[in-house]
Amino acid sequence: MENIQNFQILWFVLIFILFTVYALLDGFDLGIAILLPFLGGTKEEKDTLIASIGPVWDGNEVWLITGGGALFAAFPHAYATAFSGFYLAMMLVLLALIFRAVSMEFRANDPARAGLWEKALIGGSALAALLFGVALGNVIYGVPLTGQMEYAGSFFTLLRPVPLLFGLTGLAAVCLQGACWAVMKTEGALQERSFKAVKKLLWINAITAVIYFLVLVVTFPRLSSNILFYVAVWLTYAGLIALYYSLGRKNDTAPFAESSLSFIGLFLAAGALQFPNLITASNNPQFSLTIYNSSTGLYTLQVMAVIALIGMPVVIGYTVFVYRLFKGKARTDNHY
Amino acid sequence: MDALLLARMQFAFTIGFHFLFPAMTLGTALIILISETLYLVKKDDTYRRITDFLARLLGLIFVVGAATGIVMEFSFGTNWSQYSRAVGDIFGPILAAEGVIAFFLESVFIGVLIFGRNRVSPIVYWVAALLVFIGGHLSAFWIVVANSWMQTPAGYEINAVGKIMLTSFSAAVFNPSTVARFLHTVLATWVVSAVMVCGIAGYYVRKGQHGETARTMLKLGIILFAITPLLQLGAAHGHAIQVINTQPVKAAAMEGHFHTTRGANIYVVGFVDEANEKTYGIYIPKGLSFLYNFDFNSEIKGLKEAPKENWPPVNLVFQSYHIMVALGMIFIALGLLGAWLLWTGKLYTAKWYLMGLPFLIPLPHLAHETGWITAEVGRQPWIIYGLMKTAAGASVVVSAGELIFSLLMFSAVYLLLFVIFVLLFVKIVKQGPATS
Ligand code: HDD
Ligand code: HEM
Ligand code: HEM
Repeated sequence: MENIQNFQILWFVLIFILFTVYALLDGFDLGIAILLPFLGGTKEEKDTLIASIGPVWDGNEVWLITGGGALFAAFPHAYATAFSGFYLAMMLVLLALIFRAVSMEFRANDPARAGLWEKALIGGSALAALLFGVALGNVIYGVPLTGQMEYAGSFFTLLRPVPLLFGLTGLAAVCLQGACWAVMKTEGALQERSFKAVKKLLWINAITAVIYFLVLVVTFPRLSSNILFYVAVWLTYAGLIALYYSLGRKNDTAPFAESSLSFIGLFLAAGALQFPNLITASNNPQFSLTIYNSSTGLYTLQVMAVIALIGMPVVIGYTVFVYRLFKGKARTDNHY
Repeated sequence: MDALLLARMQFAFTIGFHFLFPAMTLGTALIILISETLYLVKKDDTYRRITDFLARLLGLIFVVGAATGIVMEFSFGTNWSQYSRAVGDIFGPILAAEGVIAFFLESVFIGVLIFGRNRVSPIVYWVAALLVFIGGHLSAFWIVVANSWMQTPAGYEINAVGKIMLTSFSAAVFNPSTVARFLHTVLATWVVSAVMVCGIAGYYVRKGQHGETARTMLKLGIILFAITPLLQLGAAHGHAIQVINTQPVKAAAMEGHFHTTRGANIYVVGFVDEANEKTYGIYIPKGLSFLYNFDFNSEIKGLKEAPKENWPPVNLVFQSYHIMVALGMIFIALGLLGAWLLWTGKLYTAKWYLMGLPFLIPLPHLAHETGWITAEVGRQPWIIYGLMKTAAGASVVVSAGELIFSLLMFSAVYLLLFVIFVLLFVKIVKQGPATS
């Protein structure tokens, strides 16, 4: 039995990594889209911003798809409970993701309705970014569950203040990711505006992160004895402070790494708090879905570990290769 | 309406819609790969223009495929949560493997294919085309594995508490129907794109547009259109035998065959009277027995071998199967006709043939969809053949009201996507390949 526990822990960590990398990578896609009306003055500037994410956003979204698949394969009960329980919220997530996906391509090919597709892109991206945080907030803060592992709340149960706070904190972090990406990928007036946006978002993030960390320790006092929590707080603020200095030096590549660091801190605090729970039951701690009562069998976890440990380094290798192909300032000479 | 029926309607609708797009992606990736290879070898710009044009179409097709695919990935959890709990051990890893092994590859390199022409060397561009082709086909492989496992489960055992546990990953992946289903499905996607490219290029040639580029494109298309349906006949035959062996009840429904007999008939067209358990129509006497093992008097099991509650809706399965087969035959004839025109040098002037080509574009999609309806409705009432009933797989906490909401939402959104997709597809076709 000890053996299977090691694999359950391994899969908790791997799924945590998949979703964190998803947030970092798709985070800048969503952030760019949300900031489109604030950063992009002219049609050309909007084209440039969209061109900066065009070749990569779909690969970034696959981190989410694979994270979902891994959750299904390692902890099917958590996948089944959350996805069916949060049904209407999930439908909204899908709606948002559908529109953000098609709107870039439709905008490029359909100039007559470009403004409409831009709105769909902005709305879809903002809604998705917000809802991901709310969903994470709910499984951590806790939702009512039955003894049969089924969700016992309603749609509105999901909209309590603490989960909403998670949503807003995530939204702010995503916007910062987007602004830092814009700083790296653009030039001239557009870049100037992006620098200004980073500065504003830096302060907003410093505030949302304080509230987030405080609410976490106050709601869950056990966190105060968890070393990882302090590492998380340190990461977030180290990232934000370094970002502050990079701004002063007008460095255009460092901000993205620093913003990512602060985002990782937010995730680490959530992960440290949640382990070994997957979905916390707010009504009765015994009903919580944990990595121990929700997982598949040992053999499945092992097979998957082999696939992941061989496959993911290859994926990371060619992903880095393709990012390097599109390194440098975004160009609009092709497609968009 | 009850929640189960709504959930089934939603699944059938969303998957049927999603599948229109990957069906075009795979074959288009194949034609792009061929054309880009010829460009590398012959250094003839005509092929580059064909690649670039198809890559533009692929960008549009792919994005709708990706947007609707993510709905499918979620749908097992949202709508079939009891099924997901039961099969997490087997079905879960297959979907996860699809992500790690296939989706990443396809999605990452499609970025290079669509945005990279002016940024990378011809060799790197060709490698990207190759990897998009491989990635797409791997994703089809894994999803077909997932489906085939539901059709002919293998590599599992049921433990003391009644849970399905994986015992052999390789046996589950290469279950008895995986290979036959994969070959047949992939060939079907190639037929779809061969006909699509023929339709587009045929239109240009008839209108006298895009000169050499259009003729070369048509030639590529016609060659594939002649070969793929013929290969399909072989693969389809193998698949049909496989179904008779592994799922006799479904096979019997496909032919409206009620009583186990020697020398069973095969219908060309017909109608199944389910109430009176009779099938009417035009048939080839003893044809089914012959096709099954080349013996006119071999025995074929009938529906009556199974209790009636385990029958699928017979007429629906019969009709969709027959539509697919009839279309398959029509494709063979029209493809060969095209090849003959090409051979005799009449293709580019045969107005009547060129005129017809664009109208063929939807037909392979129809064959595709009816084929899946045969496979999936024919599996009913089981969600996992012989193991778990569909009714036991649905989510318990999702109400009929919520399903009505989501079904309406998907209907509206997909209708919009479809209309815009068709408009933009036509627009790109009208703009045509680059001229310089
Ligand atoms: C262009 C598409 C196309 C064409 C021309 C054909 N098929 Fe097909 N068929 C499919 C596309 C398809 C499919 C959609 O890809 C299916 C659904 C599941 C599968 O494995 O392939 C299918 C399923 C399917 C099945 C099995 C159902 C199951 O999986 O349980 C059989 C027995 C056949 N086909 C047989 C044929 C025959 C005898 C054809 C005559 C030439 C034929 N198909 C043409
Ligand atoms: C219920 C079953 C299915 C699920 C869960 C599913 C899931 C998905 C997902 C999540 C994507 C998006 C990937 C991305 O963003 O890159 C996708 C796209 C794709 N799917 Fe499906 N799919 C299903 C059925 C099928 C079938 C039957 C096939 C082919 C035989 C197929 C082939 C593809 C391909 C090739 C893509 C790449 C995108 C595209 O080509 O449009 N899928 N699918
Ligand atoms: C892409 C082509 C496919 C089409 C057009 C298709 C079509 C359908 C249809 C019409 C049904 C409803 C049957 C009924 O309720 O009477 C169904 C059910 C279902 N199919 Fe498929 N299917 C496809 C591929 C797949 C794949 C690849 C998988 C698995 C990975 C899959 C899994 C299911 C499941 C879970 C159900 C729900 C339970 C059920 O109603 O049987 N399907 N499909």
